[in-house]
Amino acid sequence: MIRVALPTHLKTLAGVADEVALQLPEGSPVTQRAVLDALEARYPVLRGTMRDHDTFRRRPFVRFYACARDLSHDAPDTPLPEPVQSGAEPFLVVGAMAGG
Amino acid sequence: MTSVRVLVGTRKGAFILSSGGKRQKWDVSGPLFAGWEMYHIKGSPADPNRLYASQSSGWFGQVIQRSDDGGKTWNAPGGGVSKGPGGMPAGESNKFVYNVSAGEGKPLTTHQWYDGTQHPWEFKRVWHLEPSLTDPDTVYAGVEDAALFRSADGGRSWQELPALRGHSTGPHWAPGAGGMCLHTILIDPGNPRRMFVAISAAGAFRTDDAGASWKPINRGLKSQGIPDPEAEVGHCVHRIAQHRARPNVLFMQKHWDVMRSDDAGDTWREVSGNLPTDFGFPIDVHAHEPETVYVVPITSDSYHYPPDGKLRVYRSRTGGNEWEALTKGLPQRDCYVNVLRDAMAVDALDACGIYFGTTGGQVYVSPDSGDSWSAIVHDLPPVLSVEVQTLA
Repeated sequence: MIRVALPTHLKTLAGVADEVALQLPEGSPVTQRAVLDALEARYPVLRGTMRDHDTFRRRPFVRFYACARDLSHDAPDTPLPEPVQSGAEPFLVVGAMAGG
Repeated sequence: MTSVRVLVGTRKGAFILSSGGKRQKWDVSGPLFAGWEMYHIKGSPADPNRLYASQSSGWFGQVIQRSDDGGKTWNAPGGGVSKGPGGMPAGESNKFVYNVSAGEGKPLTTHQWYDGTQHPWEFKRVWHLEPSLTDPDTVYAGVEDAALFRSADGGRSWQELPALRGHSTGPHWAPGAGGMCLHTILIDPGNPRRMFVAISAAGAFRTDDAGASWKPINRGLKSQGIPDPEAEVGHCVHRIAQHRARPNVLFMQKHWDVMRSDDAGDTWREVSGNLPTDFGFPIDVHAHEPETVYVVPITSDSYHYPPDGKLRVYRSRTGGNEWEALTKGLPQRDCYVNVLRDAMAVDALDACGIYFGTTGGQVYVSPDSGDSWSAIVHDLPPVLSVEVQTLA
């Protein structure tokens, strides 16, 4: 089970109050792409809010963190850290810090 | 018993203001979609309970919301939680992808940037939603960077009408200060194949074949700030308004100048007349008097607030040129708000009501065609758009 923590606005859009628990297909590698695919499949309203509809490029003001690391610039097929794969740590979708 | 429902989009959410036909006591509900920029909310003329809303964010992009019960509940069409074991969803309500197919005429990839160089077309947000006059499931979207999209399935999916962006003048279109937005869509009530759109800063365009082809309709416009002041395109049109009974008569608030056309946009003439300044954003027409027009003069393109700190709506009962200031109930000192292009509307009650919202968060109503005004609300976030529905 993969845990995903969404920012407030995306939680509201998806209609979830807390972390999202995702079950990836059996044998699927646990990567950024696989997690976002599963997240968007479960919550279609999130399509386009984190990455481009067609190119799947991350939106500029969206960041991906886990285990105190910034994974935003990792290749989408890079395996996520083991604590995320095991469900010990959440995969964090974050709205980039901006403002005064 | 008649009533009105005012749909207000703001920088930080949407609000619905409801009142009986006297328009004296108001219920305020909201914020809906709190924290999001709500560029526009509009109801279907064919089904007043069907509302469409444009919800956007610099972080998370564009979302289209729909209500089928007059704004009590909302959903992103086709965006509900998937019950299936996986696979991508059928709904693509948030997806606005420019048509660049070779088979659709002349797809364009660049337009003019502020510095005069060519710049790629990039979708940013939906500025304006215009539901069909007859079919609740059909709705048009005017977007930034300027293009026109259409949904025929209640907002579940969107397709570009590419002939507009593919017009030969496309590479000469340029963004105004607010971006290169398609902000006005008028559907001819007597001829659904005819539509008018306006783009900042390209100008006005008309189709007579349901979007298959488009014609720039800017003859008579004169704009400083472009190399040829009378060019075919490049004009910063802020808003166009039309009366249902006379769809060939159009009124325009341009960057500077208030204009009028009596031939469906083929030619324009200036009707600024005695306005204290002819810069402004919104323009609208009285519901029952096709020659009664409203504007809100703004000091200048550098000073986006009313002249002399006085918020005044100007009304012409002669189709332009002769204007009177409407001030009763509006602040007449120390007022430095703006009124944006989509933030004025009129209802269809016998005593026509006029509404407008300000960047200071006030929404004003006049239940007597502009003679007197009062604030329905004072302290909303900056108002981006105001629409009103007249309900039986």
